[in-house]
Amino acid sequence: MALLQIAEPGQAAAPHQHRLAAGIDLGTTNSLIATVQSAVARALPDPDGALLLPSVVRYLPGNGIVVGREAQQSQAEDPQNTIVSVKRFMGRSLADVKQAAGLPYRFVDAPGMVGISTVSGERSPVQVSAEILTALRERAEVSLGGPLAGVVITVPAYFDDAQRQATKDAARLAGLTVLRLLNEPTAAAIAYGLDKAAQGTFAIYDLGGGTFDISILRLTKGVFEVLATGGDSALGGDDFDYCVAEWFCTQHGLAGLSAMPPGAQRSLLAAARKAKEALSGHESAALSLAGPDGATRQAILSRAKFAELGAALIARTLSATRRALRDAQLGIEDITGVVLVGGSTRMPIARDAVRGFFERDPLADIDPDQVVAIGAALQANVLAGNSSADEWLLLDVCPLSLGIETMGGLVEKIIPRNSTLPIARAQEFTTFRDGQTAMSLHVVQGERETVANCRSLARFELRGIAPAVAGSVHIRVSFQIDADGLLSVTAREQASGIEAHIEVKPTYGLADTHISAMLADAIGASKADLLLRSLREAQVDARRMMDATETALNQDAALLTEPEIWAIHQAMFKVGDALETDAPLAELRVATAALAGVTNDFAARRMNASICKALTGQSMDSLA
Amino acid sequence: MSVSLTPAAARHVEKSLTRRGSGIGLRLAVKTSGCNGFAYALEFVDAVNAEDECFETHGVKVIVDPRSLGMLAGTELDFVREGLNEGFKFTNPNATANCGCGESFAV
Repeated sequence: MALLQIAEPGQAAAPHQHRLAAGIDLGTTNSLIATVQSAVARALPDPDGALLLPSVVRYLPGNGIVVGREAQQSQAEDPQNTIVSVKRFMGRSLADVKQAAGLPYRFVDAPGMVGISTVSGERSPVQVSAEILTALRERAEVSLGGPLAGVVITVPAYFDDAQRQATKDAARLAGLTVLRLLNEPTAAAIAYGLDKAAQGTFAIYDLGGGTFDISILRLTKGVFEVLATGGDSALGGDDFDYCVAEWFCTQHGLAGLSAMPPGAQRSLLAAARKAKEALSGHESAALSLAGPDGATRQAILSRAKFAELGAALIARTLSATRRALRDAQLGIEDITGVVLVGGSTRMPIARDAVRGFFERDPLADIDPDQVVAIGAALQANVLAGNSSADEWLLLDVCPLSLGIETMGGLVEKIIPRNSTLPIARAQEFTTFRDGQTAMSLHVVQGERETVANCRSLARFELRGIAPAVAGSVHIRVSFQIDADGLLSVTAREQASGIEAHIEVKPTYGLADTHISAMLADAIGASKADLLLRSLREAQVDARRMMDATETALNQDAALLTEPEIWAIHQAMFKVGDALETDAPLAELRVATAALAGVTNDFAARRMNASICKALTGQSMDSLA
Repeated sequence: MSVSLTPAAARHVEKSLTRRGSGIGLRLAVKTSGCNGFAYALEFVDAVNAEDECFETHGVKVIVDPRSLGMLAGTELDFVREGLNEGFKFTNPNATANCGCGESFAV
């Protein structure tokens, strides 16, 4: 509570005005919007009182668009034009959409991001998401009575630059100002952390419709720090529906889900979801499906059978959880609380698994469907200036290491993975050859030691370096990531102050499955990487030695006898051969050692000669 | 129902009035503004309007207009020091929520 002072009559300062701000949970299955009113965050219902807006968009002939429940109901009759779970396609290319074969859409391989061909033309996932956001914006503006000043939209912690940018683009299309993108688990922590002033280290277990996220957060005195994130962007409630549907097919001797016509697929998946949801409250549930022949097929799914079907999926969530704990260098005993997020955590099998893994009861007081939107609303309220901003500081991490390519195709990591954002780091580099006037900088993202195995983000050049001896130029390369996770890189030559700068525009391509694959790769390959790194370094050294020897021979060949020159050429030839054939490290080392041996004497003689030259014609006095 | 001051608040109002050299008391008001709907205002009083309510606690006159009184009834005004800051603080039983910046409240 602020302290007030007495003012002169009629001059009491008017307090600032309330700016309408909202938090949006743009989910795979359902989306919702929440706002802070009278210091209480709550989700906003639609005119019918429903809080959740199914993330379903149906395109009608002649530019008509239906969003939400009504669109969901028409799924079965018009599957090709009814887009569900569009979040899975955000920022993805056709090659990334691995379930494409099992889905009824007509995908179009658009440059950068996959497109979906509908009755009203080709639509990108960004446009589909924008329709969902527009519906939420309209709902908020009707119930709040004014335009929104800004929104906070949540994204899975694993979303990469491309997917985040796609989300921002969708918001812009929907006429929304994005105050910030917020990681979903961080939003959940905000919802719990602020309301209860909890302190400690928390695990956020978020099993949504289409994504699984696990985050390890540290909360101290209102400061949130993300210690580690992990998860699986292709694992969620939808997958349990698929499992149940496939089981149903096996029960009735059907060929499988992907062999069915789109309409039947939808009906079966809807029935599977209904059964799954019923099992949260009952011991068994019935499924039925009307076949094309008019016959109705039925099956009874028990809780035990469902647990068996979902066991593999639950196990995947737990192994991702284990990895995140390892990243944070924490054990289960270090976790003071576990927060459940996402509608799928209502499943008793998920709850039991989490309870068993962490050996404690998880927190689930706030509706797991709403908790993310509520956290986002609280954050939006702070960012819009309705609440004092210094109350809490929010720290995020970058999901993969960022670095720069150095000679030999190696990666010099500048910002390590899981660094808290915003961050700025700089490192000095130098030129490789004498008289080098330009430097090409290649920004890469990934955990591996070689550029070929990391993802290329951007290339730029620093030109106009004054020619100088190799190694004498100092070039400072700074990496900066802002609070939204967007990267900018600057290279600056220290002596002259010339500078080159690039903002890394996301390239719509690196999907989060890539991130997890790249991480798994890096862990498995770290030993091979180290060997490769030493080889590359030795190769760079050898090349530098060859260059130096050649320069010396050009200048001072007169100091050498014919056989000596021949011996040096011989040694250089061997090193060159080893380089060209990509010889193993040991062989290369022998060759470079031999070259160093035969040129030792030469170097000494050159040194002597240059001292003589410097001294010639000077008297002893002037030297003393 | 009345509006009251703590002894510390009364002392400070008295001191402020002496320093100002004029004025008959302290006006408490509620404005419909701010992020939570309502905001407090504190002013010196040079003239009392006919409809104003007058309270006296610890020798200090507190003047409240009838519209504000509905939302201020039972309020106690304290004068506190918080770190380097000092000022008046409202304890209002009618407020159901205060906004983070502390400038406004809801009933």
